[in-house]
Amino acid sequence: MKKTVIDVQNMSFSFGSLSVLEDVTFSIKEREMIGVIGPNGGGKTTLLRLMLGLLKPDKGSITVLGNSPKNSSHRIGYVPQQRLFDPLFPVSVLDVVMMGRVGKSWGGPFSKNDRELAAQALRDVDLYHQHQTAFADLSGGQRQRTLIARALASSAELLFFDEPTANVDSFAEQNIYNLLSKLNEKLTIIVVSHDVGFVSKYVGSVVCVNRLVHIHPTSEIDGKNIQDIYGADLAMVRHDHRCSEKGHTWVNF
Amino acid sequence: MGQFLRDLQTYSFLQYALIAGLLTSISCGIIGSYVTVRRITYIAGAIAHCTLGGMGAARFLQKEYAFPVTPLQGAVTAALLAACIIAMVKHHSSQREDTVLSAIWSIGMAVGIFFISRTGGYNEDLMSYLFGDILMVSQRDLLLIGILDLIIVGVVLLFYNKLISVCFDEEFARISGIRVELFDLLLLLMIALTVVLLVQVVGIVMVVAMLTLPAAGAGLLVKRLWHMMVTAILLCLVCTTGGLAISYQLDFPAGATIIIMAGMVYFLVIALKKWGKA
Repeated sequence: MKKTVIDVQNMSFSFGSLSVLEDVTFSIKEREMIGVIGPNGGGKTTLLRLMLGLLKPDKGSITVLGNSPKNSSHRIGYVPQQRLFDPLFPVSVLDVVMMGRVGKSWGGPFSKNDRELAAQALRDVDLYHQHQTAFADLSGGQRQRTLIARALASSAELLFFDEPTANVDSFAEQNIYNLLSKLNEKLTIIVVSHDVGFVSKYVGSVVCVNRLVHIHPTSEIDGKNIQDIYGADLAMVRHDHRCSEKGHTWVNF
Repeated sequence: MGQFLRDLQTYSFLQYALIAGLLTSISCGIIGSYVTVRRITYIAGAIAHCTLGGMGAARFLQKEYAFPVTPLQGAVTAALLAACIIAMVKHHSSQREDTVLSAIWSIGMAVGIFFISRTGGYNEDLMSYLFGDILMVSQRDLLLIGILDLIIVGVVLLFYNKLISVCFDEEFARISGIRVELFDLLLLLMIALTVVLLVQVVGIVMVVAMLTLPAAGAGLLVKRLWHMMVTAILLCLVCTTGGLAISYQLDFPAGATIIIMAGMVYFLVIALKKWGKA
């Protein structure tokens, strides 16, 4: 029996009078890979921030790893969008990854254990050879992998990704997806993405967020519920980078 | 340059000035790097200008009522108070941050000018507050500068990792359990102390230049925060020592000469960088 790692019960949240999420109930079990999809402004990021304890629900409850989100957040590895960073900030790749260890002590220099965990995290994302490179000099995909290593270095039990493939070329994108699948063997992963193609291919279930929240196994995603989520007619286009010469054949998502 | 070196051996005021420049460079390089990478020059400017209020009030109490406070102590109080207000507004208020900073900036100055106008005697002190007077630094001031330096270096050595995390990615820092508000306040308090040191050397009006130009120049040369700090300290040393020597030799105002040196060093670094690439 798999343990429940995230449990959301009848949770509602609004910014002032603007209702963002209404009566949300779902739960996530350990070692699941969950995609969070939905239109812009639908509340994906808000849901993520609620689960990280950065926002408080107005009604209902959120339990993360058996505790309140705020008290559990240090056990979550958060991987933000890499384009949010100041390109002039003077840090090396290793400096960034070491930041995953900073919350673990009161201050002072890093311990040998901290350094080993950071080095291991960099090896896991295959970036150890670049550890002395300036973060600013990396490509988009390499920056994303550095931020993943930072989350891994914190010995997180849960990983949250916010649009991991934004500003990343398609080769690096493939790389990141493969990395996520590998990490999923040990960790629970939640990925916010607008990329339905990614969701269909890699994740087990999707949480669809557009004020209301539904959770389905990926196999159930079809044109009908995509339309429900996005609230408009949408053409379904496969986000599959390996196109055959004969063109696409439709498959069931 | 000969005159400066000869007089340096004779006059204690010149020795004090030189030591003040050296000591200030240490905190200036370290804290200037934080101010620059965090892009909070405007905060430093507001704190610097509101120290006039503290200095004016302290001098008024000292002269008119023989209170045992010095303008320097007044400046420390005003700067620390401003840092606390800014930290509170940033994290617990819905007011626009830059509005509050402008208020601190100008109200502080107004209070200072008010008290100075109510204080008897000559008002030439006002000029030295605004534009600095490194040649007037006393032995007692040096002791205070030294203590403030020790505090800043000690805090940064202890909490370097926390501070860089908070500066680089506040949200991640908060999620990983770092008390972001606390470290933000700590950084602002250290900025306040550094500002007070710099007011002695280059004056209220030019503090911001000393906090940004050497650090920004250093940032162009190196790629890690602590390397930037060390390089910025060296550039500050060049500016304060060189500026002091030149201003003494040619009878220029010391604060302004130091700032012009800092500006030249910054543009020289940019030029070298461009030239190096071409």
